[in-house]
Amino acid sequence: MFSNRYIFIYSAVMVIIVAALLSLTAMLLQPRQERNLTIANIQGILTAVNIEATSDDAEELYKTYIKTELAIDQDGRIASVYKNGRLEEGKVRPFDIDLKKELYNKKMGNPFIIPLYIAEKDGNTLYIIPLRGAGLWGPLYGNIAFGPDFNEIVGADFSHDKETPGLGAEISTKEFANQFIGKTIFNDAGEFVSVRVVKGGITTMPTAQQIHGVDAISGGTITSIGVSDMVNNCLENYISYIQNNFK
Amino acid sequence: MSAEVKEKDPLFSLKNRKLISAPLNKDNPITIQVLGICSALAVTAKLEPSVVMALSVVFVLGVGNVLISLLRKTIPPRIRIIVQLTVIATLVILVDQFLKAFAYDVSKQLSVFVGLIITNCIIMGRFEAFGMANKPWPSFLDGIGNALGYGWILIVVGFLRELLGSGTVWGYPVFEKFGLYSVGYENNGMMILPPMALIVVGVIIWVQRTKVRELIEEN
Repeated sequence: MFSNRYIFIYSAVMVIIVAALLSLTAMLLQPRQERNLTIANIQGILTAVNIEATSDDAEELYKTYIKTELAIDQDGRIASVYKNGRLEEGKVRPFDIDLKKELYNKKMGNPFIIPLYIAEKDGNTLYIIPLRGAGLWGPLYGNIAFGPDFNEIVGADFSHDKETPGLGAEISTKEFANQFIGKTIFNDAGEFVSVRVVKGGITTMPTAQQIHGVDAISGGTITSIGVSDMVNNCLENYISYIQNNFK
Repeated sequence: MSAEVKEKDPLFSLKNRKLISAPLNKDNPITIQVLGICSALAVTAKLEPSVVMALSVVFVLGVGNVLISLLRKTIPPRIRIIVQLTVIATLVILVDQFLKAFAYDVSKQLSVFVGLIITNCIIMGRFEAFGMANKPWPSFLDGIGNALGYGWILIVVGFLRELLGSGTVWGYPVFEKFGLYSVGYENNGMMILPPMALIVVGVIIWVQRTKVRELIEEN
């Protein structure tokens, strides 16, 4: 009753209609979705310094607390400065840096720039480093905030696109992120050791090392390793900047 | 359509009303057919994602069933499953895109589950069992009915789990306002974990079977 010819034409027409419909929707909704992403990004930065922001007041709070944005190049030099809503140095606003692209440049051995946010909260200067890495099913994001010594972590926030709910997705919970508070990324000798996410828990580490580790998530090993690698891979870019300015 | 002129049934005839009411109780997709359990367990830790998930499924199943019903005479049987899947996938991606644009927080919470509507057996089941063989209007009612049957279980489970697990309803701290914490009440953390959803669904099935005796099988 249905010829092969009919079936082929039917499928082709169906696919074209669906493709057109979906591309049209994606294009029309893109500006709104991007705005949501920007706001989520801002919320992540604020959460790292323990400021709870809703999508309505996020931008306002960001302006209040994050006074300075820096872009740092691969050698730890300042490439651009954005202060009080104005670009004072350099070409690109640090907030607009595409971290994914810059990390790819790094991997390829090309020059790159990375953003650093400086917050003023309760009289303290806090430094926030944005993170990006890979989990099991998709990208991971995050922000880590450091105290005035740029060694001790004062807050962290992680999120993901499609990690397994209940397992890998637990990285976006407060319980997981708060483990990072109080950890340090330099050892007593001043060497960069990052903060590792340890399978089996930090009690398996030597006591002196426990300040550089947090517990991994049971059932979320690959996501946990992803977080560990992300933290290491993103923080190590700032070593020369930190050593030039904080030692 | 000429077929619709022949149709003498009023819009809400007894037969048509049954299409909506049966899945709510005696033919419930979750408690009787035990379909769509995966998402029912996963999204019901809070009320809000449960409601959004229910509404998304109402949309996908209602519109999808009508589309399949309209296309039913043109769909070559050999590729009907592919066509059904394409319709579901398209609608689900539309829902996902709209949530990302207009309810970003919820879309983050639902994360992969919106995508998983595609694999929700209730939807494919209704397309294959009803949409392919019936006119658009009954198909629409059948779709809405089944989605509501799925939805109300989700909402009840979501309500109970959020209330007992977090002490809130739709994020509003109910127990705190009643002052329950000051007399030593503590939230039951286990309610937030997926296994408790299974137990709550089990309790609903139990209650339903004690109320509707005809559901009890004879051994």
